[in-house]
Parts: sequence; structure tokens; C-alpha cells
Amino acid sequence: MHDLTPTPALGAATQTIGTVTVAENTGVALASVAARTGGENTCTKVLKAVLGAVPDVGRTVLHDPEAGFWMGPDQWMIGAPMDTHEDIADQLKAKLGDAASVTEQSGAWVAFDVTGERMPDMCEILCNIPIRKMVAGDVRRTMIHQLGCFVIRRAAYDHIRILGPRASAKSLHHALITAATSVA
Amino acid sequence: MKQKNRIDGGQIDRDTKLRFTFDGHVYHGHAGDTLASALLANGVRLMGRSFKYHRPRGPLTAGSEEPNALVQLRSRARQEPNTRATTAELFDGLTATSQNRLGSLSFDLLAINDRVSNFLTAGFYYKTFMWPKAFWEKVYEPIIRRAAGLGSLSLQDDPDVYDKGFLHCDLLIIGAGPAGLMAALTAARSGADVILADEDFRMGGRLNSETFAIGDEAGADWAAQTVAELAAMPNVRLMARTTVIGAFDHGTYGAVERVSDHIATPLDGKPRQILWRIYAQKTVLAAGAIERPIAFNNNDRPGIMTASALRSYANRFGVAVGRRTAIFTNNDDGHRTAADLHAKGLKVTVIDPRPDAPRSMGYEVLAGAQVTDTMGRLGLTFVQVRFSDGTDRTIECNALGVSGGWNPNVHMTCHQQGRPAWNDALAAFVPDALPVGMTVAGAAKGDLSTAGALLGGATAARTALGLKGRIPKMPQAEDAPVSVTPFWYVEGASRAWLDQQNDVTVKDVKLSHQEGFKSVEHLKRYTTLGMATDQGKTANMGGLAIMAELAGKTIPEVGTTMFRPPYTPVAIGALGGRHRGQDFHPKRLTPTHAWAEEQGAVFVEVGNWMRAQWFPRAGETTWRESVDREVLATRGSVGVCDVTTLGKVDVQGADAAAFLNMIYCNGFAKLPVGKVRYGLMLREDGIAMDDGTAARMADDHFVVTTTTANALPVYRHMEFVRQCLVPDMDVQLISTTEAWAQYAVAGPNARRVLEKIVDQDISNDAFPFMACGDITVCGGLRARLFRISFSGELAYEIAVPTAYGDALIRRIMDAGAEFDITPYGTEALGVMRMEKGHAAGNELNGTTTAANLGMGRMVSTMKDSIGAVLSRREGMNQSDDLRAVGVKPIDLADKVPAGAHLMAADGPVAAAHDQGYVTSACYSPNLGHHIALAFLKDGSNRIGEIMRLVSPLTGVDVDVEICSAHFIDPEGERLRA
Amino acid sequence: MIIDHPLLGPRDSAEFTYMGDARLIDRPDPDGADAAAAFFDYAYLRDNPAGWHRELWFHEAGDRSWLVVTRNTLTHEISKVELAREVARAKGRSK
Repeated sequence: MHDLTPTPALGAATQTIGTVTVAENTGVALASVAARTGGENTCTKVLKAVLGAVPDVGRTVLHDPEAGFWMGPDQWMIGAPMDTHEDIADQLKAKLGDAASVTEQSGAWVAFDVTGERMPDMCEILCNIPIRKMVAGDVRRTMIHQLGCFVIRRAAYDHIRILGPRASAKSLHHALITAATSVA
Repeated sequence: MKQKNRIDGGQIDRDTKLRFTFDGHVYHGHAGDTLASALLANGVRLMGRSFKYHRPRGPLTAGSEEPNALVQLRSRARQEPNTRATTAELFDGLTATSQNRLGSLSFDLLAINDRVSNFLTAGFYYKTFMWPKAFWEKVYEPIIRRAAGLGSLSLQDDPDVYDKGFLHCDLLIIGAGPAGLMAALTAARSGADVILADEDFRMGGRLNSETFAIGDEAGADWAAQTVAELAAMPNVRLMARTTVIGAFDHGTYGAVERVSDHIATPLDGKPRQILWRIYAQKTVLAAGAIERPIAFNNNDRPGIMTASALRSYANRFGVAVGRRTAIFTNNDDGHRTAADLHAKGLKVTVIDPRPDAPRSMGYEVLAGAQVTDTMGRLGLTFVQVRFSDGTDRTIECNALGVSGGWNPNVHMTCHQQGRPAWNDALAAFVPDALPVGMTVAGAAKGDLSTAGALLGGATAARTALGLKGRIPKMPQAEDAPVSVTPFWYVEGASRAWLDQQNDVTVKDVKLSHQEGFKSVEHLKRYTTLGMATDQGKTANMGGLAIMAELAGKTIPEVGTTMFRPPYTPVAIGALGGRHRGQDFHPKRLTPTHAWAEEQGAVFVEVGNWMRAQWFPRAGETTWRESVDREVLATRGSVGVCDVTTLGKVDVQGADAAAFLNMIYCNGFAKLPVGKVRYGLMLREDGIAMDDGTAARMADDHFVVTTTTANALPVYRHMEFVRQCLVPDMDVQLISTTEAWAQYAVAGPNARRVLEKIVDQDISNDAFPFMACGDITVCGGLRARLFRISFSGELAYEIAVPTAYGDALIRRIMDAGAEFDITPYGTEALGVMRMEKGHAAGNELNGTTTAANLGMGRMVSTMKDSIGAVLSRREGMNQSDDLRAVGVKPIDLADKVPAGAHLMAADGPVAAAHDQGYVTSACYSPNLGHHIALAFLKDGSNRIGEIMRLVSPLTGVDVDVEICSAHFIDPEGERLRA
Repeated sequence: MIIDHPLLGPRDSAEFTYMGDARLIDRPDPDGADAAAAFFDYAYLRDNPAGWHRELWFHEAGDRSWLVVTRNTLTHEISKVELAREVARAKGRSK
């Protein structure tokens, strides 16, 4: 067991502005899975076993403990609680073998949960996604404050999770708080 | 002060009294007023001075097409010039000042320009200020700038914030008059997602300014009720105070919402305005029509305005512009103004050039008559009328309403190259070719009656959405036919204003024609007709009509100029949005950022990354002292540097090695697992694109690094090769730049430090130069180790998942304490790579080949790779091609700066004799003098040659010696230690 | 402009990076007899049609697909959007 302590991407305190709450979520371990040539069937089987279903284009499978979403053709991001799945990449690689390329992504992203009545208004001045038409499980890659982010519409109607580049966690958080203030 | 021109009626809130100032005078108005209506209510007609001649001007209109009543709104940092008083919503505490005057508004010293106007005609500047040339900058331009300005900027930072946003809808409706409201109602009731946008703060369009009934109620009441019904529907977004500024490709529209302009200052954290990008499946344009004036001598005095504006001020705002009013109209609509004003008890006279003008029992109608001139220095006092029999009469009045007919507001239909078509019955242009997805309804289409607008709005919405079934019955409304006789200007008119904002007269148009500028595009540029901030909304038609007459053509033959976005001026702040100052672009922070701040690091922006540039210590007074210390400490013992910012791409798959063979000019197929290799990427034209390393972690897994700056373009290029050139290679690419924290640990003691951290054996035998592998650190944390060196020292790059980056740097510092481990920044990094002769961005500058870089032999001839074929072209393989060399000064005190050029020691110093140039330079603390990397013709054969290094621009002229670029450890013994 | 992504549906062109003529997919055979001339054409010579044009767009802020977009350069009308990888395969680049 190593003795290094991880630091959160930002360590931001949860903030509520008006009806909107912005909370950093430090508990998500991530790995991407890309099917290899000839490995598509195995990949599908493993994803079904892990998630219950293979995420379709533009969709997330919100499953417990692992969840996953479509990133690109034959490519998915799989997430699970950090406490139990810090080695998610190794876990997936063990299952997938040569059927897929697995890449650890936990360190690449910062996750923010945005909830509240005016979340859709906030989204409208943050990024170009049709937030009011999105249903639970929809995911869009989009630009927020010039940063490439994934926006996942979670089960609750007023809840989105934003995955953004970790190195820009501070800038992204600032943009979220600014937008929340703007629509509050 | 009493609002002496306020009359009964209107949609103002008389219970809310608002105080405001104009040019320092205090006035009062009401909620629902515009600045213009409130000023007119107070008897103020004079609101500005004209652009060129400084003629006294008042409002011509009651809307956004206003050319004249431009004021400076607010004060200090919030001061905004050129704001139309006719659209500025009144609020308590508003301050406005007039602009473009020298002295007071009523006594403008520059009004002398009006007297010398014979010299200031069209083309005046072109003709006059051509000569002498030197006079332009020093004499003419400052004078003209002072005289012919509009408002002025505060020259302070804008204290307000602006947002940008994105909206999606099934149907966007532009304009909330009768057509727009009925379109919205029709669409909303069908369940479609509707956005209804209107530039006004009160929806209803002309219904608010007319006395028409719709069904059993007043038009304005019907509008208010319809708005209320729409507001209650969840699928409708009502956007008042929102100007749609442009129709862009594929149903994309720009719109500016003025969120806070109607209050003194925006609420804390709230935007002043929002620039919306609206994605509309379909659009109904219901932008109404704009009344056009008629040109006659001195038609620009304050108190003269369009007839519909007089009606708006009376009906909507409860303002009589004058107690005695004349109306000059060529169409029946002008008579409505007369009827409405008469009904309000005002004295009215109508002058109508049509012999068969409709008569009235209530007021005087002068049929077959024309207004030939006006009087009144700072505001209208008399108009002069000529009858068809040639007799004249002077009529005393302080308001004159002019109507030359209505122009459908086709502006937005033309943003996608569409041109309008001429309609004889209306004597106006109507929409023809439309942007994809747009339908036009109501007056904008040429349906000028209320009934036509209501039915047109419903029909347009149904067409746009493909609704089936019978069209519901429309409420009863006014349905008068249009009766207009084209009449553009009064015979003999000369100093008759067409474009009041740019001071273009009938005479100017005639002069333009006479001098050969006959096409509308030439007319526009020669006279500046329609080139002001109002884009000639009230001016262009008159100019076209006169040009057509002079050319003996019809108006449609003459054609129109292009309409372009934005529809009305947009504050630059709205276009910038939040991307200002510190927020201009996002910052990327490395995993050691917090730690580096604790060390007092000085940061530099590289791409968006904030990188530690150097780490000053107590007592160090210059950056050089810090950098020299960092370099010497690293080469003397050990240093550590955050290199997380290097681009990293995970390349996996059965064909990963074959893929790298394709993108790098050198070979990778035979690279063993556990080894790293330097790779050079070429563009297809044979020029070096980027360099980095590829580490083979497994047979089917490489970790590729790119330079910090090129991470994104290189990834894009790799995806292009993968998807477009080798679509069936089994290879997957994932950018992992931010997934790993990566640090270079360099110096003779590097291994001793890392041995305390890495769990595995990293002795020279177990982990030799250019080794790589998955390791664990600190008792089991997954990590990667690469034995590569940019500094030329014994060095490693160690990577851990980013979340552990902060913990690892602190652990490395602890482990290195006994060796005095020294953090170093990008400056020391740069010095060490120059001492070692490594190429970087300055050398891979988009013009250099592998051969130039001294890596010509790396381009494999045994395999295909991007750029290989063209790198072998004859022109890129000449004997005297540039080669990378080192440069050192003869006099060791001299600098050898980057950008300076190399010349033969005894030859002439001239561009024609250029031998090469310095790309990178620094002071080498190890050598004790400045060094440089350079490209020199046939450089590899000129080692030892004495040359001159010159930069005439900066006064550099020093003697230098050409040497190997490897200033330190040319044999590479340190690397392998 | 709106690009109708074959997988993701309509997306604003701002999400894409433009590269140019889709003929860049037709990389010449480096072992061909006239390889040097063919690569010269490939690297430097482009048509600049006033009208229909097949061009490459990269969905950088999206799924990272390269697309071949058939666009009228005069009107910006887009008549067809294909995955470049499929186009490349159809052109026989699979070997």
C-alpha cells in the first residue's frame, strides 16, 4: 500500500447560488474503452456485463456501481466510485484483454454536479446544448468557456454532471459560478 | 418642470414619475417613456447636431431606425455614445448628453460648417485632402476628427458584464406586432417550441401606436392579452428588449437581449446584455415596415418627423410634438395621423400632392400641394406650401409629419445574399429570395393592413410548421387597401436631406451621378448614403429613386445595396461576452501549481498552461541569478521540473507500431518493449511538424509525447492519418495529457533520489538510458518511468496519476533534500536544452526540414511515412542548405541574440549575402558566456569559421565562431551514466 | 453553419476544425513511378470551386470524427455529410 495522498482537482466547496448548486465530485474513477478490430463482439459482451447495456450514440447508461457513456465511434468512457474502483482501468483490461484498448482517465477530468431549478437557464449561457430537450442519460460533448467538456443529463430533471479538463478545473468552476450568478 | 406637451392617453404609467437629465437640465417622464418621448413631452425637440454640417436635429422616428436623435447615455465609465433616444427606455436617474457639438447644443460653434456647405458636398474629402500628402496626418485628419465625430467613448474599462448564450426552438418569430403575435399564438397552440423576440420593451408593434380595434377591443389591449396568454404557455419564450441582429446560415440567428439597459446599473453579477445564438428550425420574420420621408428643402428641422412617429408619440406615449401640426403625405396612411391628432384636439393641416387626396370634415386638407421649404432656427416654426397653380402659402406649425409611404422591413431577408423584388402597388421593395427556413408575414411582406398582418402571421406559422386543417377565424380588424402615389422629392429640392445621419442631400446624389458614380454601390460609397449607424433605413429608398430618375431607369433596375448584419449597432462588449481580461481564455494549471506557488515561482503562460518560469530565492535580484543557479544546481547535483504540459497520446492496438511508422519519419517497428525512441514528425510537404518521444509500454501500446504547444494539432493530425489514410489499421488514440503528472528529475544524483521513491530496481543495468516501463512508487502507486533527457544529464521522467502529482513533488523534494535538489523552471529548461543542442519550437519553426535540423538521415528510406517522399525533393537537398550549428562570441562578453543574422567575416552586410540566422540564444552559466543555436548555410562544414553576427535593427554586430551545437557533453556520457 | 453529423445529428460548425479539400484522402502511392509528381500535386494543388466542394471537417469539440462534408461554397448549402473513415474505406484505402 502506498502512502501518497491524492488531491482533488480543485477542492472547491459546494456553492449554492439562487437555486443552483455547484458541487465538485471527487469520487469518480474513469477509464476509456476503445474496441479493437475484431474485438467488437467481446467488447459488447463485457460492456453489457459491466453496465447492463452498451451506451448508444450520445447516451449514457446510468448503472450502479459502474456507469458509462459513448465518446466516439466504438469508444466509451466508463466511470465508477473511486473508493472501490481506483484501478478501474486494470479491472476493465482484465476483462477485455486484447478486445479493447483501455486507458486510465481518472486524472484527466474534473467532475462537477450542477443541480437546481435554474440549471437549464445556466446551461443556456454556458454551452451550446439543447438542455431542455435532453432526457435522463443524454450526453453531449460541448465547449464551456472554450473548454471541451462532457455534459451528462442525470436521472433528476434538474441535475447535470459536467466532466471538464482537470487542469482547467479552476477556470471551469469560475465559469460555472459566474453563469449561476448570472441566472440566479 | 411641467411636461407641457403631455396629452391624455397612451401606454405610459402616469403614477410612476421618473426624473432624468439631458445636458444637465432636469426633466420628468413616466415609466413606459423612451428618452425621446419624455424629452418631447417636456417640449424639447432639439436633441443633437448633424454629423457633417452640425445642423440642429430632433428625432425623425419613434423607433430603432432613428438617424438623428443620437445621444450619449449615462456617465463616466458607463457612458455610451450614439444611443438612439427613440429606443432608450426611460429610467429614474437617467442622464444623457447631446453629442457632436462645440459649445452648447443650441449654439454650436461648428454650425459654421452649414454655411460653407457648398464646399462640403459629396466627395469633398476625396477631392480636397489628397494633397499635400503630409498634411493629411498632421493637419486635416485631426480637424476632421474633431469636427465630424459622433459621440465619444469614456476611455475607461466597461464596468458591466455580458453573457453569450444558445437557444434552440422549432419556430423563431422576429417581431411582436400583429403578424408576429398571431404567428406565435398559432404556433404555440400547436405545441411547437416558440421564441418570440422583439426589440421593443413593449410587445405589440404598431398596435401600440394605432387606434385600431381588433375584434371588440383596442389593438393595444388585444396585444397585451395575447402576450399574457403566450407568457403562460411553457413552450413559449417571450423575449422583449431583444433585437435579432442577423440571419446566418442554416437557421442560425444572432440576437442581443438588453437585460439591464432599462435600469440605472445592472444588479450585482447580472449581465447588461446577452448575445444569443438562436438555432431555429423555422423562422417567421414579422419585422414590420418603416415609413419613409419625402425630401424637400430644410426637411431636417427639429419637429419634422415621419407621420407615423407623430402618431406613436401621441397614441402610445401621450405626447403632442407640437400643438399645431402639418402633415405632408402622398398616401392615405398619412391621413391617419391627421385624424388621430385631430381626435386628440390638436390643430392639423394636411398637405397632399395628390389632386384626389381624401377630404376631411374635421381638418384642412390641401390637395395637390407640396411643402417646398421650412423655417425655424432650432426647431420648426413655419412650413411653406406651394399649390398646383404655383401659389405659395406659409403655415405656422411646430410639428410636421411626413409620409412617403412604407417600406417593408426586408433587411433580414437579405442576409443570405437574397435581393428584394419591386412591388408597384406599394412602390416599395418586398422580400423575394429568403434564407432557408424563413417565412415572412405582415407588413414586412407587404401586407400593410392589420387584418392582412393577422392572417399572414397565422398562415406563416402554419406553413412553417406544416400544420394541417382549417385556418381558424381571425378577429375582425382594419383592412384598408394601400393607396400611394410614388413621390420621393419635391421639385427643385436641393438642400433636402435624404440621409440625415450622414448629411447626404438630394444635391449630393445628383452630383454623384454627374461625376459618374452611378451604380448604387458607387453612390453609397461616394456620398456615404446609408453608411451611418442606421444603415440608411429611412434614407436609401429616396437615394435610389433619385438615381433611377437621373439614369432614366426604373428603381428595380437600379437595384438596392446589400443589407448586412447587424440590424442595429451592437456593443463590442456583447460580442466579447465573458472572455475579457483574466477570463479571456481559460488557464491550465499543472499538478504542481499549488506547490510552485508556495515556492514563490514566477509563472509564464505557455499555450494556456501556467508554467513555473523560475523559482527566485531570497537575495536574488534578477531572473538570471535564479536561472543560473537552477542550471548549475541541476548539472551539479539534481533538479526537478514539471513537464506535465507535454502533450501525451496513448496509442494502442495491434497496428500501433505500424501506425507510428507512418506518422514519424524514423522507424518504430523494431523498437523493443520497454524502450523509448525520439521521433520526428514531418508534414506531407517534408517540413518538420513536431518532435517528441514514443515509449513502447507493451507490444501493442505506446505512449507518445508531443511538444506543449502542438499537442492539439498533432493529435488532430494523428486522427486524420488514422481515419482517412489508414482506415483499417487496428489503432486507437486517446489524448492523456492531463491524466498524468510528469516530472523530469535530472542531474548526476537523479538516480539516487528516485531510488528512494521507485519500488523497483532502476540501476543503470536494470533501467538503462532510453528505458521505460510501468513501475510503482512509494509502496505501490501505479506510475510510469522513462529514462529520457532533455537537459543532457542523467535524467528520468516519472509519471503518476494526476491526483497524486502534488504528493509526488513533495516526496521528490523530501527525497532529494540530502542532495540539495533544486526545482527548475522553463528558463533553466531552455538553457540546458540549448547547452545540449536540442531543437525546440524555435528550430521546428515551420520552415525547417529534417536535414536542416541535422536529422536528415533519420528520414527512413526503408518505409513510407508522412512527408518522406517530398522531403527527398531536389530543392530541399542542396549542398548549401541550412544546417543547425552552435554560435559563440569571440569576445566572451558579447551577446549573440536570437533573430540576428550571420554574415561572412569579410563580406558585405546585406540581405543578399545572408548566410543564416540565430534561432535560440541564452547565457550559459556552465560555459560562462552567451551561446546560441543557429541555422547556417552548409553549416556542418563550417565549424570553426569566424563570422559576423548582425542585427542592423537592434544595433548588433559581433564576431562569432561557428561551433557544434552540443556545447555540453557532446559524447553523451552523462546521459548514460 | 450547421453540419448534420452522420452519428450525432445537427451540430454547429463552431465545434469543428476545417482542413480543406477531401482529396487529401487520396494520398498517392509512395512507390508509384511518378510518386514525386503525384505528391507535389497532392500537397500543393487544390481546386477552389465556386459551387459544390467536398471538404474535410474534424469534430474536435465532439466525437473526434473526421467528416467529408459536401458543401456549396456559394450558398453554404450542405448536401451530404459522411464519415471520412467510411469514405476512405470506399476508396480502397483499407489495405
